[in-house]
Amino acid sequence: MSGTFLGMPAFPVAAKAAVGDATLRANLRHATHTIRDKRAAAVAELEDWDRLREAGKQIKDHTLRHLDRYLLKLEEAVTAAGGTVHWAADADEANRIVTALVRATGETEVVKVKSMATQEIGLNEALEAVGIAAYETDLAELIVQLGHDRPSHILVPAIHRNRGEIRDIFRAEMGEWGRPAPDGLTDTPADLAQAARLHLREKFLRAKVAVSGANFMVAETGTLVVLESEGNGRMCLTLPETLISVVGIEKTVPTWRDLEVFLQTLPRSSTAERMNPYTTMWTGTTDGDGPRDFHLVLLDNGRTDTLADEVGRQALRCIRCSACLNVCPVYERAGGHAYGSVYPGPIGAILSPQLRGTESEIDASLPFASSLCGACYEVCPVAIDIPEVLVHLRERIADQGGHRLERAAMKAAGAVLGSPRALAAAERLAASTRRLHPKRLPGASAWTDSRELPEVPAESFRAWWKRNRT
Amino acid sequence: MRVALFVTCVNDALYPATGVATVRILERLGVEVDFPAGQTCCGQPQFNTGYRQDAEPLARRLADAFRGYEHVVTPSGSCAAMVRGHYAGFGAQAAALAPRVHELTEFLVDVLGVTDVGAYFPHTVTYHPSCHGLRLLGLGDRPRRLLEAVEGLVLRELPGAEECCGFGGTFAVKNPDVSAAMGRDKIDHAVSTGAEVLCGADNSCLMHLGGVLRREDAPLRALHLAEILASTETEPLEWTESPR
Ligand code: SF4
Repeated sequence: MSGTFLGMPAFPVAAKAAVGDATLRANLRHATHTIRDKRAAAVAELEDWDRLREAGKQIKDHTLRHLDRYLLKLEEAVTAAGGTVHWAADADEANRIVTALVRATGETEVVKVKSMATQEIGLNEALEAVGIAAYETDLAELIVQLGHDRPSHILVPAIHRNRGEIRDIFRAEMGEWGRPAPDGLTDTPADLAQAARLHLREKFLRAKVAVSGANFMVAETGTLVVLESEGNGRMCLTLPETLISVVGIEKTVPTWRDLEVFLQTLPRSSTAERMNPYTTMWTGTTDGDGPRDFHLVLLDNGRTDTLADEVGRQALRCIRCSACLNVCPVYERAGGHAYGSVYPGPIGAILSPQLRGTESEIDASLPFASSLCGACYEVCPVAIDIPEVLVHLRERIADQGGHRLERAAMKAAGAVLGSPRALAAAERLAASTRRLHPKRLPGASAWTDSRELPEVPAESFRAWWKRNRT
Repeated sequence: MRVALFVTCVNDALYPATGVATVRILERLGVEVDFPAGQTCCGQPQFNTGYRQDAEPLARRLADAFRGYEHVVTPSGSCAAMVRGHYAGFGAQAAALAPRVHELTEFLVDVLGVTDVGAYFPHTVTYHPSCHGLRLLGLGDRPRRLLEAVEGLVLRELPGAEECCGFGGTFAVKNPDVSAAMGRDKIDHAVSTGAEVLCGADNSCLMHLGGVLRREDAPLRALHLAEILASTETEPLEWTESPR
């Protein structure tokens, strides 16, 4: 993965700052609660939701099981339709490929369709390093880019910003990148949208190269699919002469018909819409219509390693709807930046440590960034058992050596709990010394900083039973 | 009918009143209760923190302690969920225990077929459905139905009831700031109902919530569902018992 997010502190440290930021918490709370209620209503409209969910899961599992075969089929179909397929093992290779393709056109700027994959590899930074400007055209991505910020949500990357902050960013930054914000810009949604529209239109009409991701790739026809709400994506996918799509290999589905399931479950799960306002599909190139040159960069970057893990591979079913973020109580308090990755929230907590490995401090902390409440699993439209994968990854970290004190604590607990007599003795000791227990324990400050410790009772249940029932 | 009580390690050491209350309810309903002393802990803390190997001997020990009992009853949704959800991987005896373990409200409603357990508790109560009971066990409205049948009890709706309270086992100490923020929100919601009692069916969540509400001096107290159901007109709940 790119260096963009590396060097992040571990999750608990980053989250602490977020928890203390009242504006951030209010922004997040408002946004996630609104969308979560709407999603629930949109899902409740479909009587066969559970079957759609199961179908989505099955399609993805089947595809992942035979991914090698479907990818070759996809390559064949894309090539037959006039496109060119490139294989990228990691972020560096993908960036090299895209950079070379843009350079070959002689252009120095590209417009971009919102894409997680290009963020994952840090493409914008790589292009900038060789003098190519990449302009984000999704409204929320534009806000993040203009604000020199990082995305904090899969679907709404600027969810942590409120309208007043957005107006200030537009006023201060738009002029640096192109058409400045109109005079007297207010913070009403219509005004902000209009400012973005004017600013972006200029870029659409000028750009010769576009870079996109894709929500789905259909193996049988070589068709790529992007779902979006604003229409900016459609502009980028049709106006420029060259289109370069960077897509994770797991986005493949076998047939056109499989889209039937996801075109229902994705919009309802993500934006609570029955259908996406814009669904754009493209297959290779067509004379006299759309881009004349089409390149597909198939990105691995840790995906085949993830596929090799029997429990963890289910994370690759993810269709990036972001429903799990919106219901997650931890995400709501910690914010997306605390996850130190372009994939925040529950899915980020299981995907990032698998794609990047669990060596860094942040990646080793992510599987613990959950109370295992299960709300994410309940809403996931492809039934990814996120709590199961979290616990599985915790095991991996414990096996790596874990946290020394924790390991010692587990062993000590095991010694007491491994024998009812030892447990009874420990309980007696605790009860007889209860008057001496301090209110705040030095070693337990993580607990006592914000909560009282329970008082040890005079008698354990075990002792009561012995006195009263035997 | 004869059942075994799985009291759980947290209740045994810190909340014996919940165990005693469970015994009282069951005996009042004509059930004979055994407490197999060989039981200790279900292994959930170890398992959920990634120490599966440390959980396994505990699981085997627990299964051994309950050998021969058709029904094992526990006043903890989360421990019941651990046994039901994960014991299949710990050998044949542990796997066989899984379907025989019932969370208390499940046992009362499904096995005994009662919702009115003859309780009397003239107080306003709001109920927090802990995540494991709610999502992993699917307790549904069983706890509510039991509470609604309690004489004198007024049940108040808890806003955001299905949101996690922030305990999450070792999560509470590994991510203390997020955990406490979640706990405070839960307490704020509970206070907003005006209820005297915040009731739950899992003492680990209540330990966390009780700790927050005592620190914040919130005007209500946390109480396990079993202690409410055990309370009767002739033997009312003793409010002097140790708070959460
Ligand atoms: S894990 Fe499931 S709920 Fe979360 S973004 Fe992916 S598909 Fe959506």
